[in-house]
Amino acid sequence: MWKFFHRMASPPHFYRLAAMFTPWLFIPGLALIAYGSYAGLFVAPVDYQQGDAFRIIYVHVPAAYLSLMAYMIMAVGGGIGLIWRIKLAHTVGAAAAPLGAAFTFLALATGSIWGRPMWGTWWEWGDPRLTSELILLFLFFGYMALRSAIDDTTKADRACAVLALVGVVNVVIVHYSVEWWSSLHQGQTLMRKDGPAMDAAMLYPLLAMILGFSLIFGALLLRRVRTEVLFRERRTRWVREMILAPAGGR
Amino acid sequence: MMNGSTAQQPGLLSGLIATIRRDLLLAWKRPGDVLNPLFFFAMVCTLFPLAVGPSAEQLKFSGPGVLWVAALLATLLSLNSLFVSDFEDGSLDQLLLSPQPLPLLALGKTIAHWLSSGLPLVLISPLLAMTYHMPADIVGVMMLTLTLGTICLSLLGAIGAALTVGLHRSTALLSLLILPLAMPVLLLGANTVSLAAANDMYLTGIWALGAYAVLALSLAPYATAAALRISNE
Repeated sequence: MWKFFHRMASPPHFYRLAAMFTPWLFIPGLALIAYGSYAGLFVAPVDYQQGDAFRIIYVHVPAAYLSLMAYMIMAVGGGIGLIWRIKLAHTVGAAAAPLGAAFTFLALATGSIWGRPMWGTWWEWGDPRLTSELILLFLFFGYMALRSAIDDTTKADRACAVLALVGVVNVVIVHYSVEWWSSLHQGQTLMRKDGPAMDAAMLYPLLAMILGFSLIFGALLLRRVRTEVLFRERRTRWVREMILAPAGGR
Repeated sequence: MMNGSTAQQPGLLSGLIATIRRDLLLAWKRPGDVLNPLFFFAMVCTLFPLAVGPSAEQLKFSGPGVLWVAALLATLLSLNSLFVSDFEDGSLDQLLLSPQPLPLLALGKTIAHWLSSGLPLVLISPLLAMTYHMPADIVGVMMLTLTLGTICLSLLGAIGAALTVGLHRSTALLSLLILPLAMPVLLLGANTVSLAAANDMYLTGIWALGAYAVLALSLAPYATAAALRISNE
């Protein structure tokens, strides 16, 4: 068991394994997104209240979900890195931050575009989720700023891990803000106790999009982690050997 | 450090009190560090009526928010110096080496910071609230939220100050780290005062702020201590 983890945490091993896994995430992810986009845009019926505008949820919901997921990955990675001193976990956190910021921005942009026809405004300060998502974006920016401000990688890793763990409290607030502050944003429809309040023809494309986005996110994350590993290990022998080896020799 | 020297070591409480006393004494000897954020607070509160106009209705309406934002910024301003002078003269290393648990000492420094920055803010806030035509019974609520809020801000801010202590040009970075964390505090505090001013239910906000303060009080010193160790390794 522990041996498996130690093997996984060894950069060369991870580097090769990640390269192997990336297409397995990327290709099904693309296929799911292709299906979800088609079914969401053309097959799913028009919402009786929101008309065609509701279709933006097929991008908005996965982006919002992954923005939170990215923060959790950052925090869990930081926690594992702090406790067990696994460098690779810090690397994952470092790689997840810009991705998370990108997805947060996507969620904000799509939410704002959705708000225009629904609320009649691009931005609604009264909405807790929009505001919390904006705070999440700032948290990502803070994390990246702290990382770039510290020259020593090990120190940056550990400092950022503490920051990410502290910020988790904030992510929890993001998640529960729907219940904390009432607002004019519509309530949750997917995660209700009595099952999703959605037509199956609307729901399946959404689930496909969420899964597809997650797989693509995983693929991008692995790709970024590989780059980060390569950069951090640039002075080690295995990287030199790999780069100097003739093509196809890896 | 359990080898027999325990008899000579001061207890936990005396370590905490010594840290607080030392920092308060330092603050007393350098009154500028205490007064500048206060002047800043007063000045930001003066800027708003100048920019928005002297209409009493409008000031009454925006008063709680302006006071809270100004308090947040003033606290941020004073946080910068929380660990920097200790870092520069090496006494931070002594804190790290001391046999007392570091979270406790970090807590001591945070308490001293609150006493020398948060508390004065709370004490002069009624004066500024008066210029915003805030009714007397609301001032009490505002002072209570500011008290709880500045406690939260000192505790949260200490984490940020500890993370950025050895870094160059850390002022903007500190704001970037702390402001998103502080936003829920601001949101709760300012809205509670607004609710009270509108004769609405405001107790929830005070309870929530209190809960936040308790949570921060029990967890933040550990994060500050961890951050101090990381910044100084």
